[in-house]
Amino acid sequence: MAFLEIRNLRKSYGRAQILKEINLSVEKGEILGLIGPTGSGKSTLLRLIDLLEEPSRGAIILEGRAVSGRPEKERIAARRRMAMVFQKPVMFKSNVLDNVTFGLMVRGEGQAEEREEKARAALQAVGLSGYESRDANTLSGGEMQRIALARAIVLEPELLLLDEPTANLDPRSASAIDSLLQGLAGGRTAVILATHNMMQCRRLADRVAVLVEGKITALGESEAVLGQEERNGTSGWKVPGSDLPW
Amino acid sequence: MEEIWNGILRAVELIVTLNPEVMEITARSLFISFTAATLAAAIDIPLGGLIELREFRGKRALVDLIQTLYGLPTVTVGLLVFLLLSRSGPFGSLELLYTPTGMVIGQMILISPILIGLTISALRGVSPHIRDTAISLGANESQVIRTIIKEARFAVVAAVLIGFGRALSEVGVAMMIGGNIRDYTRVLTTSIALQTSMGNLETSMALGIILIGISMILNLSLSRFQGR
Ligand SMILES: Nc1ncnc2c1ncn2[C@@H]1O[C@H](COP(=O)(O)OP(=O)(O)O)[C@@H](O)[C@H]1O
Ligand SMILES: [Mg+2]
Repeated sequence: MAFLEIRNLRKSYGRAQILKEINLSVEKGEILGLIGPTGSGKSTLLRLIDLLEEPSRGAIILEGRAVSGRPEKERIAARRRMAMVFQKPVMFKSNVLDNVTFGLMVRGEGQAEEREEKARAALQAVGLSGYESRDANTLSGGEMQRIALARAIVLEPELLLLDEPTANLDPRSASAIDSLLQGLAGGRTAVILATHNMMQCRRLADRVAVLVEGKITALGESEAVLGQEERNGTSGWKVPGSDLPW
Repeated sequence: MEEIWNGILRAVELIVTLNPEVMEITARSLFISFTAATLAAAIDIPLGGLIELREFRGKRALVDLIQTLYGLPTVTVGLLVFLLLSRSGPFGSLELLYTPTGMVIGQMILISPILIGLTISALRGVSPHIRDTAISLGANESQVIRTIIKEARFAVVAAVLIGFGRALSEVGVAMMIGGNIRDYTRVLTTSIALQTSMGNLETSMALGIILIGISMILNLSLSRFQGR
């Protein structure tokens, strides 16, 4: 039984089918790369897994139990085992520390000092020590993205959903985040990393799913799938004019 | 013209010498309306949050209705609360007619549509991404509501100030429910009405100046807030 299983998942908005028959599973300690061009449905899939939206068909299954389509109370309980970093993170109107401790607070974890200590460690992990009392909304896009990552990892989630987590970062911070993510894997966390950056996928992911127009067109070991994609571009989603290496 | 000028001078004198009656009426007015605004806020802000956050049938109609009640005529509310609180009314046994408590209840009803409606408008200004972020981090419904209220705090406080101002300056509820009883339910507006009709223009003007002053301070702090 996989830790997370996505079974026959479909999502439509009105008549537009955004996701079509998605089947996937992820184990703890594994990074699954979700790669595909802009508009292919990566963010939508992550939102469905995070139970922010209900599937039109199919189910999200956590340790053998369906968590989608359940009453809100159960969905909250399931959501509290996960954490997500959105593609364009937003900050609460407060300082950085309040932002990073928010999840711990609503989940009722620990005392204030404990939460603060964890938040400091998370900030250090993303390279933003000393930012605690800064107004979160005055930070740069890259800094916000790292705060959002700290806000997620501080929760020590069993499932970490990352939506293009290094898209706004300069190469140096991006590679720092990459090593942080590498450190996370192998532990008790399952990671789904949505990205359109094949290099990042190759560096980090154990397995890769290729998503094109809402369908999974390839799935397997990173090297095999990415090598195949690279060689013959089977999915045909090479972005015109992109500086990506294939 | 001279009469008005003398009236103003005398009024200023009453204010600067802290005339006991004038001060007492002012304090009572502030106390009753502040209580009404605070209690109404404690109910209406979470209620506005709940209405804004939940999806249900008739939501748009409800919000429209609330907004049409912003300008609720104060005498109509006075009449309604009078009927509820009068001896033969459903809450007659509580004996709240002609009491400060009755006035607080009446003013709460009067300003609730504004408070709920402006809270909803304030919360609509909060990005849906904030809501998603809070939910994703594990917030339950009441935690999400608290979060978006906090995000819109300046606009929400502005809503309460507007409600407080309306309660303070209204005369219908205060007169019909309070009854303008000396040393008990007499407030700025009812007192101005009474003193004027008795030809006691100096006191009337003193109270009027105070009322205008309070309202100016309120609106000044309001515009400061809305600038944030
Ligand atoms: N709430 C929505 N309503 C309608 N269409 C949507 C909605 N959210 C996403 N879409 C559409 O779904 C498709 C996939 O979007 P998205 O999941 O953001 O892709 P990706 O993250 O891979 O770039 C896009 O065509 C987008 O316009
Ligand atoms: Mg996306």
